[in-house]
Amino acid sequence: MITEKKRQIFIFLIFTAAVLSAPFFLKGNYLLNVLVFVGINTMLAVALNLLLGYAGQISLGHAAFFGMGAYISGIITARFPVDPFLVMILAALCSGALAFVIGFPILKLKGHYLAMATLGFGIIMYIIFNETVELTGGPSGLSGIPSLHIGSLIFDNDLNNYYLVWTFTLAVMLLSINLSQSRIGRALRAIHDSEVAARVMGVNARILKVQIFTVSAVISAVAGSLYAHIMTFIAPASFGFNFSVELLTMVVVGGLGSIYGSFLGAAILTMLPELLRVFQNLDIVIYGLMLILMTMFMPGGLISGIGAIAEFVAARIRKRKDDHAQA
Amino acid sequence: MDSFGQLFQYVLSGLSNGAIYALIGFGFAIIYNSTGIINFAQGEFVMLGGMLTVFFLAVFKLPLAAAIILAIIISTIVGVSFERLAIRPLKNASPLSLIIITIGASIFMRGAAMLIWGKDTYALPAFSGSDPLYIAGATILPQHLWILGVTVLIIIGSRIFFNYSIAGKAMRACSYNPLAAGLVGINVKNMVMLSFAISSAIGSMAGIIIAPLTMTSYDVGIMLGLKGFCAVIIGGMSSGLGTLMGGLLLGLLESLGAGFISASYKDAIAFIILLLILFIRPEGLFSKKETERF
Amino acid sequence: MLRLNGVTKVFGGLTALEDVSFSVTGESITGVIGPNGAGKTTLFNIVTGLYTQTSGEVYLGGKNISFFNTESLAGLGLVRTFQNVELFGQMTVLENVMVGLHTGSKSGIFSCAFKLPRQIKEEKYIRKMSLEWLEFTGMADHADMKAGNLPFGKGRLLEISRALAAKPRVILMDEPAAGLNSRETTELALLIRKIRKTGITIVLVEHDMDLVMDICDSIVVLNLGKKLAQGTPREIQENPSVIAAYLGEG
Repeated sequence: MITEKKRQIFIFLIFTAAVLSAPFFLKGNYLLNVLVFVGINTMLAVALNLLLGYAGQISLGHAAFFGMGAYISGIITARFPVDPFLVMILAALCSGALAFVIGFPILKLKGHYLAMATLGFGIIMYIIFNETVELTGGPSGLSGIPSLHIGSLIFDNDLNNYYLVWTFTLAVMLLSINLSQSRIGRALRAIHDSEVAARVMGVNARILKVQIFTVSAVISAVAGSLYAHIMTFIAPASFGFNFSVELLTMVVVGGLGSIYGSFLGAAILTMLPELLRVFQNLDIVIYGLMLILMTMFMPGGLISGIGAIAEFVAARIRKRKDDHAQA
Repeated sequence: MDSFGQLFQYVLSGLSNGAIYALIGFGFAIIYNSTGIINFAQGEFVMLGGMLTVFFLAVFKLPLAAAIILAIIISTIVGVSFERLAIRPLKNASPLSLIIITIGASIFMRGAAMLIWGKDTYALPAFSGSDPLYIAGATILPQHLWILGVTVLIIIGSRIFFNYSIAGKAMRACSYNPLAAGLVGINVKNMVMLSFAISSAIGSMAGIIIAPLTMTSYDVGIMLGLKGFCAVIIGGMSSGLGTLMGGLLLGLLESLGAGFISASYKDAIAFIILLLILFIRPEGLFSKKETERF
Repeated sequence: MLRLNGVTKVFGGLTALEDVSFSVTGESITGVIGPNGAGKTTLFNIVTGLYTQTSGEVYLGGKNISFFNTESLAGLGLVRTFQNVELFGQMTVLENVMVGLHTGSKSGIFSCAFKLPRQIKEEKYIRKMSLEWLEFTGMADHADMKAGNLPFGKGRLLEISRALAAKPRVILMDEPAAGLNSRETTELALLIRKIRKTGITIVLVEHDMDLVMDICDSIVVLNLGKKLAQGTPREIQENPSVIAAYLGEG
């Protein structure tokens, strides 16, 4: 009997194996570079999913935390010879602190009001990134960010970056999967389904929402930090409303509440612009269409679509077996 | 310019921007009141108004008035289509889904505009020329008068509509209690469609009257939409007058802040105000508090 | 066990409850009845902290819980079920009950994410207890079904199982028999008695008079926000003002 738990471990191991072995099939291929960013976006999508898919709290300003992580890391390491990993921890803590502080007032809001408030927050941060020119370099960006390194191992090429990013991403995925199936995960989903019933059962919705918001911000900041060190150059344009919307699309397309779905969404949306090289300007239109069509026809995201297909195939096979047995 | 003149200038531009925010906010309020949905795509109708007018002027060489009317009509059609195609089938979806759909629509419209018209900014000619008037040391452009005038007309018009016409009263009934409204014979579906039509029409009008002053391009919708939303949050969603006050207040604070504190953080002012109001008095400064029943 | 003292609730111009006082003895089954609009659900909402009373106090086991927030009450032993069953529709039946054990467990974000041994052990315990509560209410077969797919009557049972998992001292049930057919109602009566045998105090708001008269030890009658009478079923049935309130309403 394959228990649910064993099945889950099995799936994760396969996924990890696939991720870790992919570079061998892609030696020197440009795709490897894209996959580095798939990794970063997966981290971000998972972070947003914890808030949106599990707790059901919409955030349209998540790019702000991504940007905060990137800028704190970038600004400090570009000027001072500090160990970048230490700065990454600082960036994560700062983001977490900010999220914790604004989380309390913001998460009291619901639905549209929450969406607009997070949107407003995101834009305020974007304006700050843009206007504090002495610190951030303003619209023209910040360059000279050093690469990460562990001893003599420097992360400045696609292969090294790939393993660096995916180590973090796999860790985040694993921790999130654990979380989703635990007491906390259930509490979050309870808040999503019926906040009043959750509270009556003793779930401190207010605090838990802020906690998960903080966790989400911390993960996003780490992703931002990695991004800054990999790109060695960052500009505010990457951390604005457009990117927040892209993240939202990734989570919705992949499947709210599914960690693997977030990977799927991130993969598709990161690779889409590459595939659409020719039709560069189509991407915004396609994001919009995807959001609309997915929400209308496949609210569970692609992962539920895949699940449905898998169910269908399995049922067919069972039926085939039964027919054979009878014959 | 003496400092009183400068102050007056700020007040003037603040009021005229504020009038626009109020109009956009109206659009939000009308749809919210009849469906409970916040239409994130509202700002895109503002964009459509301006862009379509430019399009008809430049490509079809229509006279200004005709271009404007056509632009409003097309925007209204887009709004109604959006309601039929994307909103109506999902009446019973979760609030989250509805939010995501309207966001998707807003992105889609913006992307489509970019595809069709590119990323350039365009200018609309001012309606009655650009010879400024000088009053009390400030420069008033005729366009400012157009803005204030049109806004006042729309407000009076909607007051009359909602309070004295059957259709308007029916829409208000739907907003208070759709079930009861349906039971007394009001066609709720039509009322919803009507609310989208009115919202997109007003939105596009707002975009058209501001375009001669601030130019228009495919992405003006986001900021304007958000600020319109700020207006309706500050003023409250229930009363038309409240939204107007909210918009004007926002425009004023923004303009004065930009003038006396910092011009580059101008946009941030609106959002900081938004967050403050949402945190402290979410039902708006000018409306009564509501109690929720379980 | 549960005592209300002078509870009044005014909503703008409407006085929903006026100076309501009564006591509920431990391990009893008490019914709260009254014509529609009498303020029964408002009463429950106040006791469970969803509304704040305009004046008056609420005591749980002697402790003044008048201004405690909702989420702290489950830990103190007070839970409720809702009139329109509030299930966690997207979660399975078992998971719903597991949420009931939220106050009986304490692993936080860190231990859950990193699957610390303490958390693994606690998770096993939560699962075991939840299955036991499903057995208690006869829902064990449905453990892996999605809660949103349950037929209505089963949904009610699930809500009760979830409430029981919190190991309460007092359960408030808001119209548990609403929407149930007579067979289901009989089973409900048996279940409520079974629950009382485990030492739990039950207070129910109900309209089904047969059920109320059958299982309640004590009945409180509300009308137009005021307490009209309190007594045994027999006393209430013979009380002229109660009869007048029901017959003379509207």
